[in-house]
Amino acid sequence: MAHTEYREVTPTPAIWLIAIIAGAFVAAAGLAVLYIEEHGHIVTGMTNQIVWGLPHVFAIFLIVAASGALNVASIASVFGKIENKPMARYSGLLSIALLAGGLGVLVLDLGHPDRLIVAMTTYNFKSIFAWNVILYNGFFVIVGAYIFVQMLRNASPKLVRSVGTAAFVWRLALTTGTGSIFGWLVARPGYDAAIMAPLFIIMSFSFGLAFFILVLGTTFPLTGRFIGGNLIKRLGRLLGVFALAVLYFSAVRHLTNLYVAEHGDFERFILFSGNIYSKLFWFGQVLMGGLIPAVMLLRPAEKTTRKWVYLASILIILGGLIHLYVIIIGGQAFPLEIFPMYEVSSSFFDGAVNEYSPTIYELALGLGGIALAVLIAGIGVVALRILPMTLCDEDIDPEAVDF
Amino acid sequence: MKRLFAITLVLFGLFLGTAQAEGLYPDVPKAVGNPHPEGSAFMRINHMKLMRHDRDDTMHNGNRDVKYSIKECVACHAVKGPQGLPISVKEEGHFCKNCHEFAAVKIDCFQCHNSKPTEEFTALLMRDPAPTADEISAYLKELRE
Amino acid sequence: MKLPALNTKSVRPAELNRREFFKSGGAVATVTLGTGVTLMAFGGDAHANADAGKRWGLLIDVNKCASDCNACVKGCSDENGWKMDGENPETDPQWIRKVDLKHKQTGREVSMPMMCQHCEEPPCVDVCPTGASFKRVDGIVLVDKHICIGCRYCMMACPFKARSFVHEEIEDQKPNAPRGKGTVESCTLCVHRVDKGGEPACVEACAKTGHQAMMFGDLNDPESEISKALLAYSSTGLRDDLRLNPGVRYSNL
Repeated sequence: MAHTEYREVTPTPAIWLIAIIAGAFVAAAGLAVLYIEEHGHIVTGMTNQIVWGLPHVFAIFLIVAASGALNVASIASVFGKIENKPMARYSGLLSIALLAGGLGVLVLDLGHPDRLIVAMTTYNFKSIFAWNVILYNGFFVIVGAYIFVQMLRNASPKLVRSVGTAAFVWRLALTTGTGSIFGWLVARPGYDAAIMAPLFIIMSFSFGLAFFILVLGTTFPLTGRFIGGNLIKRLGRLLGVFALAVLYFSAVRHLTNLYVAEHGDFERFILFSGNIYSKLFWFGQVLMGGLIPAVMLLRPAEKTTRKWVYLASILIILGGLIHLYVIIIGGQAFPLEIFPMYEVSSSFFDGAVNEYSPTIYELALGLGGIALAVLIAGIGVVALRILPMTLCDEDIDPEAVDF
Repeated sequence: MKRLFAITLVLFGLFLGTAQAEGLYPDVPKAVGNPHPEGSAFMRINHMKLMRHDRDDTMHNGNRDVKYSIKECVACHAVKGPQGLPISVKEEGHFCKNCHEFAAVKIDCFQCHNSKPTEEFTALLMRDPAPTADEISAYLKELRE
Repeated sequence: MKLPALNTKSVRPAELNRREFFKSGGAVATVTLGTGVTLMAFGGDAHANADAGKRWGLLIDVNKCASDCNACVKGCSDENGWKMDGENPETDPQWIRKVDLKHKQTGREVSMPMMCQHCEEPPCVDVCPTGASFKRVDGIVLVDKHICIGCRYCMMACPFKARSFVHEEIEDQKPNAPRGKGTVESCTLCVHRVDKGGEPACVEACAKTGHQAMMFGDLNDPESEISKALLAYSSTGLRDDLRLNPGVRYSNL
């Protein structure tokens, strides 16, 4: 394997254009936040019934994807797949960028974003949320250190490997924590399941890798560098396996719930009611975000092109957002069952299926998070020696069979 | 560091103050009740710490007989507006607002707490003849119990 | 071990000596363990009204509650200053509400008030990242709005839909019930009244109508009216399957 040379990216007009667009989205999100801050959450679609809305869908998607974006680096450092090594720095940078974007959205949707200092200094250690604050902050530190040791001149492979292993373990803990935000909610039939943690981990593998493939596929042509088709296809196959794994974990989650009589109503609501959530589940999450991309990615390699891989990655990301929408919004839309065996009604929407229609401010905030991630990743590759000059197939692994 | 920050803030405030040619100090409206035994200078520096301490005690332990409560602050420091009624922190001339704007320190109290005294206290304030400082102190003491 | 940080460098007037300061807030010892981590040990003060020996609770007799009566809700709204004008039903807070129930099998219809159930094991307290959601030693579950960041995780966790988020700016709050935009709130069991030996406004309002459907008292005191009633008649806590042991119990449900 040839020596890999990393260089800062010189901004081209195309890169500037992307930066300006991303900047505009971030600015729009900022304005939306100011507007929500000024008027209160009444200007959003969120209510006392749907307390977490679109911003949380985006935030949790980004946080989950952040952990998954580290896949490629982990495969290189922890599992010793040397052909992934040249991408490891970028993988780390992207995971930091995605986490920052997600946390930005999460924090700016708080009722009191001005009290962030309270969240950072006052902990209730029984709360998984409090642990997550520590896990998220720690992720920045550990992955930051991981990128740093990779960039060190003459860093011993052993050091890189141990820091990489720490980052790998940490991100598993982080996604476990994120999944447990829902898994540990005893009151709601849509959550309250231990499988939420592993489900979120496998979601992170899938969404994060899809994001990484897309970003890799865009940055290299934009900067005039070369990336091999085999490399993309190989990552694509891995992504296909992850997409199937997400489907598997979802199936187990719903089948378990279906088996339990008390959760039957909820499962009928999500799976078979014909409402927006069951449509999103079957067409968005399962078909568009799972089966179709899996088939696209896993069919015989000679028929696949990198365009197919990119398209499948886009489908997986859209399907992932829908998946989280069904989990987060669908889980709240179904009424709390306080009185089993009773028909309930009240002025506070007891027993009623809750409506949610997000406003433009929530959408702006969510998209701003993605834009922020893009911006951070962009600044990173311009300022630091993150990107290798080439990711030619022959350079990476001349022995590899062309598949 | 904190101190440096505070000094900078004060200097900035002073600068603003002079720029507006309103004198060097903010206009501090006179309270209606008896002065603090600790002295105004002490209160100016420490009021937030005292209130913060007592608020936690009230909130978590149910101790309602505390020395420093915001209810008493807004009562004794009530400023009458054009209609003779106590004004809220949103209006010009409110006791808290005057200083805090001068020092450019955001008040986080009045998003939740009322910045005006209770109706009973307002009635006492509006009474003719006006209540003495001792009567006001007696009322505030009652408020505590 | 040190006192809550007073500015020691400033001249402390003789009037506020150590003893006075202690008196102002009960016997309080504060240990500061680095930034933001503060342990406060309270106790041994006659003024502290939250009594660890007590557990405040409610008993609601569903048979006595009239379906067309809203007195408890009105009483709470008047006492605590939340509006029940129904302008924005989806976002307006409701500390207490009337729910109408019809049994799917038997067809029996009942009506009853719902509010914070003041659980012994409150999920809202467990999930709160900052500890703003807390349970007093006497069992009353409250939100410390001073440190509530408005994340709404407690609303996700509450099995009873007892909590509301304040979606708009509020003015002219009741001095006894501070509440504001961007924080979560719920029934306080009228803690300001309880601390002064009173009972919650809803209970008082219910009694005034003559229905006498609500009873307030100390569940730990075997001699209290509520304990005797609970001993004599069967009652149930909502979602007892979750083992949260709510402080609000319902009879004849």
